[in-house]
Amino acid sequence: MSAPVQPATSDAERVAIGIAAARRTRRLGWWYVAEQRIRAMRSYVGTWIGLGLASPFLYVAGLGFGLAIVVNDAQGGQDVGGADFLLFLAPALVLGSAMQTAAQESTYGVFGGFRWVPIFLAMRSSPVSPAQMVVGYTIGTLVRVMPAAVVYVAAIWILGVTGSSRALWLVPIALLLVLAVALPVTAWAAHQEHDRGQLNVIDRFVTLPLMLFSGTYFPLETLPIALQWIGWISPLWHAVDLGRWALYGAEVPAWLLATHVAVLVGFATVGLLAAVRVFRRRLDL
Amino acid sequence: MLVPAVISARGLVKRYGDFTAVDGIDFDIEQGESFGFLGPNGAGKSTTMRMISAVSTRTGGSLDVLGLDTNDHGPEIRAQLGVVPQADTLDTELRARENLVVYGRYFGLPRAVVQQRADELLEFAQLTEKATARVDDLSGGMKRRLTIARGLMNEPRVLLLDEPTTGLDPQARHILWDRLFRLKERGTTLVLTTHFMDEAEQLCDRLVVVDHGRIVAEGSPAALIREHSSREVLEVRFGSSRNEGAAASIAGIGDRLEVLPDRILVYAHDGDAALQAIRAKDLEPITSLVRRSSLEDVFLRLTGRTLIE
Repeated sequence: MSAPVQPATSDAERVAIGIAAARRTRRLGWWYVAEQRIRAMRSYVGTWIGLGLASPFLYVAGLGFGLAIVVNDAQGGQDVGGADFLLFLAPALVLGSAMQTAAQESTYGVFGGFRWVPIFLAMRSSPVSPAQMVVGYTIGTLVRVMPAAVVYVAAIWILGVTGSSRALWLVPIALLLVLAVALPVTAWAAHQEHDRGQLNVIDRFVTLPLMLFSGTYFPLETLPIALQWIGWISPLWHAVDLGRWALYGAEVPAWLLATHVAVLVGFATVGLLAAVRVFRRRLDL
Repeated sequence: MLVPAVISARGLVKRYGDFTAVDGIDFDIEQGESFGFLGPNGAGKSTTMRMISAVSTRTGGSLDVLGLDTNDHGPEIRAQLGVVPQADTLDTELRARENLVVYGRYFGLPRAVVQQRADELLEFAQLTEKATARVDDLSGGMKRRLTIARGLMNEPRVLLLDEPTTGLDPQARHILWDRLFRLKERGTTLVLTTHFMDEAEQLCDRLVVVDHGRIVAEGSPAALIREHSSREVLEVRFGSSRNEGAAASIAGIGDRLEVLPDRILVYAHDGDAALQAIRAKDLEPITSLVRRSSLEDVFLRLTGRTLIE
């Protein structure tokens, strides 16, 4: 039985080491949290590569060779939202999938981080601050969404939707959307003390309606005006409209482009502030 | 005081709404000491530990850990403490060794240091063969040892253990106590809560008895026993319906009697002599046992209740 880690020589030295470490964590704690997320993801990496590779191709191919043909026929040669239907649809597929992943990670992962796999309670005993937990966790979500977004872009190229390098713009837009969705959902999930089935609410009553009413599969203007407001408040619509402009130059006035960015940044900022507040309160035990 | 206390509390109070969990307690814990909070569940021990570990804001009084105020210097204090919480907070998404590595990183330690310490501490915790095991596949005792190893990743000056052996079988408890002894020998300050008197006797140089958020006694286990109990205790059983009646006849034998539902405790310097005296009154208990006084007796004396209810 060898002695464990040699104790530092003097108390003063130990105190100095502790304070230096706390200082380092004050600067980099968010990254240590992200490291935990990335490590935890490794255990699922097999499944994700499978799903992450397969689903973009399935969606683009399925909708492209099925639905797009029907829609384009019905349109009688007229485009949808200023483009071929599949081109119109592509940003919605990339961004819709990013939103769903972000929402899921931030509901079950965050709630679970206090209950099922209490990573936040463990971090609480270290110098890592609640704000750093929120930031680091969200970086983990970005890391998770990023490869899927890249594969979607590849699918768009490979399946011939477009060859333009403008498709790459969808990746940063997806990441901005992740922030706009993940942070508010994180705040909400961290606020839930017990799981009484309400975690599903995000999936069923937020994510799904947003997928359907955010001008994703058809232009928002097609909806009756009474339902269009859903799109206006939906981060997905703002991101998708931005994505269409970036991908094929859909006509979007400058003021609206600015609004899209402002809304997404606004969601992210308010979400961040709220999440940090909730984490702080919940972690004062 | 020559050596400044590592942890020092004055009039420490914690309230949750209307409920007062900790009700104005004072204590000083010195460097290298092994200090215990002994009391029943709900006495306020865990709440006190959370305040010491700078994760819970106190409602009143003062609390300094390593010379720093816990309300103002949370990160600096936490950087130098090891914490073993009552409920395991191990990361079940990671393997055993990864738990140590990831946790060490939270303390701002370089990767190389974290890797080396993880191996050393796995060995210390006797978990080297379990390095790549899933947390869920470890036994209760192994999880506890892994949690202790994790709490040592930052080479803490003070290790806080909240109910370290609750829920473990006797063998696992002894292995754990042995590890804690080694830490104590190395000069780590141990602060623990427990509702097991044998654990308190084994591990604590000094302890406070806590009840309803207050400290009711303080001292070394031996001193507490000397002060609040007799040298020996005679336990006699007359059958549940007859204990009360027998107690009336026994009154006067020994220093003091304690009538519990299932037995009578006769506190006496000489337990055998007390038993003789009872028999001399033509009373024959169904069973009798003479033992040394323990902290359990101290607690019973001070609060009128047993520790484990």
